[in-house]
Amino acid sequence: MTKAIRIEHITKRYVIGTMKHETMLREAILKVVTLKRRRREEQAILALNDLSFDVEQGEVVGIIGRNGAGKSTLLKVLSRITYPTSGRIKVRGRVASLIEVGTGFHDELSGRENIYLNGSILGMKKKEIDARIDQIIDFAGVEKFVDTPIKRYSSGMRLRLGFAVAAHMDPDVLFVDEVLAVGDADFQKKCLTAMDELRSGGRTVLFVSHNMAAIENLCPRTVWIDAGRLRMDGPTDKVIAAYLATFSESQRTGYDLEHAPNRGGNGMIRYTRLDFLDAEGQPTHVFRSGEPFRARFHYRVNERIRDPHFGMMIHSDLGTRVCTVSTWHAAYHIPNVEPGEGELELVIDDLFLQPNRYFLSLFVDSTGQRFDYLENCIAIDVEESNAYDNQGRGLHPRWGLVYMPSRWSVSVPERKAAER
Amino acid sequence: MNVGVRPVAIEWMAEFYRYRELFFFLVWRDVKIRYKQTLLGASWAVLQPFAMMVVFSLLFGRVANIDSEGVPYQVFSYAAMVPWTFFQYAMPLSSNSLISNSKLISKVYFPRAIIPASAALSGAVDFFIAAFILIFIMMYYHVPVQASLLLWPLFLLPLLVFTTALGMFFSSLNVKYRDIKYTIPFLVQIMMFLSPVIYGTSKLPGKYQTILQFNPMVGILDAFRAAALPTREINWPLFGLACAVSVAMFMLSAVYFYKTEREFADII
Repeated sequence: MTKAIRIEHITKRYVIGTMKHETMLREAILKVVTLKRRRREEQAILALNDLSFDVEQGEVVGIIGRNGAGKSTLLKVLSRITYPTSGRIKVRGRVASLIEVGTGFHDELSGRENIYLNGSILGMKKKEIDARIDQIIDFAGVEKFVDTPIKRYSSGMRLRLGFAVAAHMDPDVLFVDEVLAVGDADFQKKCLTAMDELRSGGRTVLFVSHNMAAIENLCPRTVWIDAGRLRMDGPTDKVIAAYLATFSESQRTGYDLEHAPNRGGNGMIRYTRLDFLDAEGQPTHVFRSGEPFRARFHYRVNERIRDPHFGMMIHSDLGTRVCTVSTWHAAYHIPNVEPGEGELELVIDDLFLQPNRYFLSLFVDSTGQRFDYLENCIAIDVEESNAYDNQGRGLHPRWGLVYMPSRWSVSVPERKAAER
Repeated sequence: MNVGVRPVAIEWMAEFYRYRELFFFLVWRDVKIRYKQTLLGASWAVLQPFAMMVVFSLLFGRVANIDSEGVPYQVFSYAAMVPWTFFQYAMPLSSNSLISNSKLISKVYFPRAIIPASAALSGAVDFFIAAFILIFIMMYYHVPVQASLLLWPLFLLPLLVFTTALGMFFSSLNVKYRDIKYTIPFLVQIMMFLSPVIYGTSKLPGKYQTILQFNPMVGILDAFRAAALPTREINWPLFGLACAVSVAMFMLSAVYFYKTEREFADII
C-alpha cells in the first residue's frame, strides 16, 4: 500500500501575548522609537508537539482528543491553512478539507451562485461544478429556492447547501472537522451516508470528531491526540476505550477541581471542589437509576460578577449530550456575586438515567461570557436499580440513555360471548 | 505535495495560476454584490465621478479658475475623475480585503494573494461604465471625441498594478496592525491632492515637480487625461516612469506579502 499522508515530527508553536500587543501599530512604533526591548512574558503553547503518523491510501482514520488537544490545529496544518513551526507533511493526491460547511457563502447571492462560489473556494473547477450542479441542488433539497438569495434561507437549508457542495467534491484525500455535529438527525444521517460513500470509493479520510459513535461507525482506525502529542494509535474500539477510561475515577466521593486540566472560561469564578452526597447528606460514590442525585459544588469568586448561571451537563460515553441542568434552567436568579468563597447544592429528585457511564461537565456562565468550564471532568457510573418496574428489567443500557417512568392503560379485544 | 515547506517563488506564482478560477469567481462576487439591494444599482458607478465633477467645476473651474488646458473644466476634471474614482474605490477595498475575508483565510487554503488582487480588479467594471459616459459628456460640451480614447484600457493596466501593489502591501500589514484601516482613507485624501485630479500636471509645484512625478498616479492620470483631450499630446516618458514605479512597487509588495502570508491564519 502507498502512503497517502505522511506526517513527520510536526510541531506548531503559538506565542500568546505577542498577538495582543503587536496588533497595535503604536506598540511596534514605540518599540522602535524608545529602542527599549521590553521583555514580554512570552507564553508559548505547543499546539502540536513532535507529532508523527502515516495514513495509508484508502484508510479512514478518526482523530480524537480533548478540547485543545491539537486536533483542529493538525487539520489546519494538513490543509495548509496554517504552517507548522517545524516538521514536514507529505500528502499524495488532490486534497479537500472541510473545516466548516458553507465557507464563503454570501447572503446576497442566490443558492446557485453560492454553489459556484463555495465550490471554487473548496478547490473545484467550474467545469466540475457545471457537471454536478443538478446533483448538488438535488442533494441539498433546495430546488425551489435555488435562485433566491440565501439570506432568505433557513439555517438548515444553508447547512444542507453547504454540505451538498462539499459532498460532491472529488478529492483523493479528505479532511473533515466535526462538521457533522450540527444539523438535525435526518441531515446527519445524510452526511454520514455521504462520508461512507467517500470511504467505499477508496478515498483517504481523516475525520476529527467528539462524537464517538460517528467515529466508531466510520473509522476502523483511530488516533488519539493529547496535548499535541500522539497518545495512542490503533483499532478504534481499543483507542476509544482507553480514551474514555481516562475520564473515569470512580470510588471517589469528592473531587478537587482546583487544579483540573483543560479548563475553559475567563476565570472570574472557579469551581474548587465537588462532593457527591446521598439522600441523607453523607458522601457517596454510588449513583443509581431513579434515586436522588445530590451534589455540592464549592466555588471561588475572583472578581465581582453579575447574573451567573451555575450548571452541569451530562454526556453519554459516546459524547451525546443527555441533559443540562443549571440555575438558569431552574429559573433561579443570582443577581450579584462578590469575591470570596461559596457553595451551592444541586438536588435531582429522580435520576432518570439508564445504567451506563456518564460524563459531567461543569460550567458557570452568563449572557455572552463564560467564567468557568470543566469539560467531562468527572465520570460517573450509574448502576441499575429496581426503581422502574421492580424487576430491574427495564433498566439496561440497551434501552437508551434515559428512562421515562410511564403508565399504561390497555384495552384488548375480548372473545365474543357467542364463540364461547 | 509538501505541506509546511515554504514554496519557492516560481511555485508560488504557479499556485496562483492554478487557482485562477477562484480569482475570477471572487472578482465576480465583488462586482455582483456591490450594488445588491441598492436603489440606483450600477448608476452609482457614474454618479460618483459625475457628482465630483459638478462640485469641482463649481469650486475650481469657476471660483478658483484653474487652467483646464483649453477644454471646459467639466471635461477636463471628469477625464481624470474616472480613473481616480477607480483608485479611490479599489485601493481601500483591496487594503481591507484580507480582514473582510478573514473567515475564508482561517478556514480554507488558497493562495492568499488572490484576495487583494481580486478586490482591486473588481473596481474595473465601474471604471468602464464611467468611461463610457465620458464620451457623452465630451459630445455635450462639443469637445471632439478622440481615437486615442481607445488607449484607456491600456492605461488601466499600470493603474491596476499600482492599486494591487498598495492593496497587497496594506492588506497584509492590516492583518497585523488594524491601525491601517484608519490610515487608508486619510492616505487616499492626501494622494488626491498630490495627483493631478483637480488641476493639470503642469501645475505641480515646480520645485518639487521631479519628486512628485515619482507618484505613479501623476503619470497615469496625465496619460488618461491627455488621451481624452484633443488639446494635448500624451507625455510618454512621464507615463513610462509611472509604469516603472508601479511595477517596482508591485514587486516589492509581492515580496513582503510572500514573507508575511504564512502568519495570516494565525493572527487574523
